[in-house]
Amino acid sequence: MTALAMPSTLRIGLSRGALELKSFVREREAVAFTFAVPIVLMLIFGTIFEGRIEGTNVDFRQYFAAGIIASGIASTTFISLGVGIAQERDDGTLKRLYGTPMPPAAYFIGKTASALVLSVAETVILFLLGGAMFGLRPPSTPERWFTLVWVFAAGVTVCTLLGIAVSSVPRSGRGAAAVLNVPYLVLQFISGVYFTFNELPSGVQQAGAIFPLKWICQGLRSALLPDTLLPAEPAHAWEHGRIALVLAAWGVAGFALCLTTFRWKRRDDG
Amino acid sequence: MNETAVRVRGLRKRYGDLDAVNGVDLDIPHGAVFALLGPNGAGKSTTVEILEGHRRRTGGEVSVLDVDPGRPTRDWRSRIGIVPQTSNEQPQLSVREMVRHFAGYYPAPRDPDEVVEAVGLTEKAGARLAQLSGGQRRRVDVALGIIGDPELLFLDEPTTGFDPDARRRFWKLIESLAGDGTTILLTTHYLDEAEALADRVGVIAGGRLVEVGTPRELGGRATAKARVSWTGPEGPQALETHSPTQVVSELSQKFDGEIPGLTVTRPTLEDTYLSMIGADR
Repeated sequence: MTALAMPSTLRIGLSRGALELKSFVREREAVAFTFAVPIVLMLIFGTIFEGRIEGTNVDFRQYFAAGIIASGIASTTFISLGVGIAQERDDGTLKRLYGTPMPPAAYFIGKTASALVLSVAETVILFLLGGAMFGLRPPSTPERWFTLVWVFAAGVTVCTLLGIAVSSVPRSGRGAAAVLNVPYLVLQFISGVYFTFNELPSGVQQAGAIFPLKWICQGLRSALLPDTLLPAEPAHAWEHGRIALVLAAWGVAGFALCLTTFRWKRRDDG
Repeated sequence: MNETAVRVRGLRKRYGDLDAVNGVDLDIPHGAVFALLGPNGAGKSTTVEILEGHRRRTGGEVSVLDVDPGRPTRDWRSRIGIVPQTSNEQPQLSVREMVRHFAGYYPAPRDPDEVVEAVGLTEKAGARLAQLSGGQRRRVDVALGIIGDPELLFLDEPTTGFDPDARRRFWKLIESLAGDGTTILLTTHYLDEAEALADRVGVIAGGRLVEVGTPRELGGRATAKARVSWTGPEGPQALETHSPTQVVSELSQKFDGEIPGLTVTRPTLEDTYLSMIGADR
């Protein structure tokens, strides 16, 4: 028997990405949960916070806007994928897919593609809101545009990989949102989203610096906020090299975790 | 190509101290409909999931379409179809969208609209999965199982929870697939289902295949003694015999015509099955 040509992995992956997006936008709860939360937080805190960051002329709300964009990326990747995949494992979607000739890589391509589209959309919305409400400006130079693009791309990649990896942690799809939101919320508080990172107690700063969110926030600030903010940064510098290094390390760790821990079936399913 | 679609020798699956499957031998020829019967926990689903490439076996030889399902390949996956035991995905996608999407996984899929028609969901093609009834969902499962035009179809307890009417319609669908030459391995709790659909039935109990036969012959049903009972002058009487016709004829002469309360019965598939799995008393 001659083997028929299999459809390409990339084509199946992109087709899955389109299907995931279609399903996502039709699911109002999912849209509200992953997409709208950062927007609502931005609106609420944006009206509460006021004043300039100590020792600088930068409006704290702009600092906060950069942080909430980083949180938005984490929400559309880490939370959305972690919860979504845990549910798909629980309800048998993954098992069904595993029983078809769909290459496993196509599943991850689809997840990554849909997460990327949602992250871009989320970022654009938050950015426009930040501009309208707090005067957040687009990057002022080509170098800053370049910084924005690579920090965004690295942030999406790392959070996507960690979201896929973390999906194996919750015992059930139902509990996944609760389980994943704990680290997500804590990280927002210790990574310089709601508070100026530099003003956090040093122990908290050290803890925050272990995780990628702090570095994504810092990278986005370096693209969106003026250098006059530097006195309020922990190293008085943007530390691009260190941002790249930490995110790369998390990317490698996340990828290794995905390869070693990903399960197509529930724990109780043999 | 091998003559058998499925060949199993000495299959074992061990969970901790428990032998869930303990030495199963099985042959299913191409084009056959084989039903695997057995109570919960007998090893039925474990066996099928090993054949589907979903579980690894502890021991034994297994060949499904000439491939070891312990090492599933894409090509092999494209030649089998799986209708899983339970599915409760709730994607906000329509029947047509799902079937079309899954068609894209296969090198030579069937026409999606034809498949939707074949499972009787044409009227519901635009409806989202979340809006379908249980029976309609099951038909979507079948549509996704056959969209790749499989040589071998696994159906794991396909009609559990169906009302009798839905079950009959489902059987027609399976019969038409079998009529097209698809080899089918079916697991079921329902004896009437096995009897209606299967060429051969295997009964699995305690991790072993205790018997394989046609539904008619299973457990020696065809040769089992018939029970002739009637109402005699002293009340109800019964006799077990290999020659019921002769008994009835003699009784007819004795009563000079009509025999009061006459019945002639053979063990039902259910009686045979219950005695095989040791549930009879």
